[in-house]
Amino acid sequence: MLDSNEPLVSVREVQLHYRVGGALSALRGRSSVVKAVDRVSFEIRRGESVGLLGESGCGKTSMGRLLLKLEEATGGEISFAGEAIAGLKGAALKRYRAKAQLIFQNPFDAVNPRFTIRAALSEPLENAGIPVREREGPIIEALELVRLPQPQQFLDRYPHQLSGGQLQRVVMARALILQPAFVVADEPVSMLDVSVRAGVLNVFRDVRDRLGLTAIYISHDLALVRYVCERTIVMYLGRIMEDGSTEDIVHEPLHPYTKALVAAVPVPQPDQSHDPLPIGRGAPDPRNPPSGCVFRDRCPYAFERCASQVPRLRRVGTRNVACHLFEETALSSGRQ
Amino acid sequence: MPDVALSRPGLPARMFRSLHLPLNDRFALFGLAVYAVFVLTAIFADQIAPYDPTEILYTPEYDLAADLRPGEDGFILGTTSLGRDIFSQIVHGTRSALLIGITAAFMVALIGSIVGLVSGYFGGWIDAILMRLADIAFGIPFLPFVVVLAAFLEPSIWNVVIAMALVLWRDTARVIRSQVLTLRARSYVDAARVSGSSDLKIIMRHIAPNILPLSFLYGSIAIGWAILTEASISFLGFGDPQSISWGYMLQDAFASQALAKQAYYWFVPPGICIILVVSAGFFITRGYENLLFPKLGR
Repeated sequence: MLDSNEPLVSVREVQLHYRVGGALSALRGRSSVVKAVDRVSFEIRRGESVGLLGESGCGKTSMGRLLLKLEEATGGEISFAGEAIAGLKGAALKRYRAKAQLIFQNPFDAVNPRFTIRAALSEPLENAGIPVREREGPIIEALELVRLPQPQQFLDRYPHQLSGGQLQRVVMARALILQPAFVVADEPVSMLDVSVRAGVLNVFRDVRDRLGLTAIYISHDLALVRYVCERTIVMYLGRIMEDGSTEDIVHEPLHPYTKALVAAVPVPQPDQSHDPLPIGRGAPDPRNPPSGCVFRDRCPYAFERCASQVPRLRRVGTRNVACHLFEETALSSGRQ
Repeated sequence: MPDVALSRPGLPARMFRSLHLPLNDRFALFGLAVYAVFVLTAIFADQIAPYDPTEILYTPEYDLAADLRPGEDGFILGTTSLGRDIFSQIVHGTRSALLIGITAAFMVALIGSIVGLVSGYFGGWIDAILMRLADIAFGIPFLPFVVVLAAFLEPSIWNVVIAMALVLWRDTARVIRSQVLTLRARSYVDAARVSGSSDLKIIMRHIAPNILPLSFLYGSIAIGWAILTEASISFLGFGDPQSISWGYMLQDAFASQALAKQAYYWFVPPGICIILVVSAGFFITRGYENLLFPKLGR
């Protein structure tokens, strides 16, 4: 057993760049690169729950897919329990697959419509080499773990015969059936009815605590991340903007983008005025992001340096923030 | 507790069901019936045909039984100029037509499906190479290619099958590739990968079952194509003179000036058979199309 302070997941300068347009547009000088994930670094300790927060297209789902080796990084390194996952093959890859799992966004798409629930849950067991006769036990156990009542009755049903909440529990059961150490949940409740969200979220939290899972929860919803995760990483256009404890981020956001996100959370008091930060309508074209800081064209505090220099992620108090404003304050406070 | 394998219908029943035969389409049903008749004829050709199709026959008066009209001396469809029984030739022609048609269709569907699956699933340079090969195959004019191939190989009915396997996989591969591209993007394919399934397992279990009806669609188109091509090649004289096919019969009739002799009984039956088989294939294809794209709404 490794030291508990040792990070379970370590991401160093990871990039996922896509080339857009074929050879022809490259000849005409029109080829461009989309940086879905750009020089992202973070570490996750064992048992930690981290929220990956950002608007659509910020690279949070790509980051999740990179962590699970569904996508190969075009630069940098991801390691799991001290081992780089890029080179995993054969039996080592199979072992990694058993330890790192994914909970999908859309449960209706995540289970093969031709498979019964039994068949869907059998697949990971089969890959782990468990014989047919010994699969029923773990399947029932996993379904009980996600609190699907009377799991027996679901075994021979097909996905279309289940409700969204039930199906998402099946998807969770499939992810948990091999008792993984690390789970990535990619917006697991965004496709569900509001009425069943809380149930699924509570199951996720309980199971995580009971099994001591290390988890990444990907979402665009700060309130959900706050409900599930003690730490939050805020991403914007493929880069990390801020990384720190969720409570700190909610109460005292440092990065202007995080401030805007926090200000955008609706307040359940109709008579209390709340002023969202004026950051403009939408994110820029990811094929053509601004120079320097990718957020500068929407940032109300931008100054000259933001256009010329990419802000590095640096320590501010207990957090990491990528913003020139805080380099300024760090420098000026150093001078005093 | 019931075993997974036991609670499902038996393998033959599942295989039959996985063919998705379009049984509720009237045209397709007609096509299937025509095929059933021809398949039975082909299987029992030796029992049905009264004579060997290449045997030179004589009348009871020991004259050559040449150019007899239908019904004369008990020859159902009459005889050729060389004294061969036309009905027996038709019956045996069914055998070679279906043999060519089905093997060619099988090859086309098999190669096309494999290329489409591999190309669509793996993408990247594999896809690029296979699709450029498909482009080349699209550029080859089919009939001249078969003639050239027949010149290089021994004359045989299998030349048509080889030529079709080499050229006609392209259509199937293209269509199946595009289908695989959409299937590959489904989350359950990612789920299978995350749970440790190999690429082969994902292809066989999560993707192939969904493209099977498309394989059959293109396979059934290929049957008609193969029979037509074989007939054309034989009619042009590049066929196998040893084996009796409908195309060979037409060539024989043409060379023996059957038209001038007004021997319609000689060249009309093989023509009708070719039309029947090819249009039956088309009707079955249409049924599959209905099944695959129900929203076309005919």
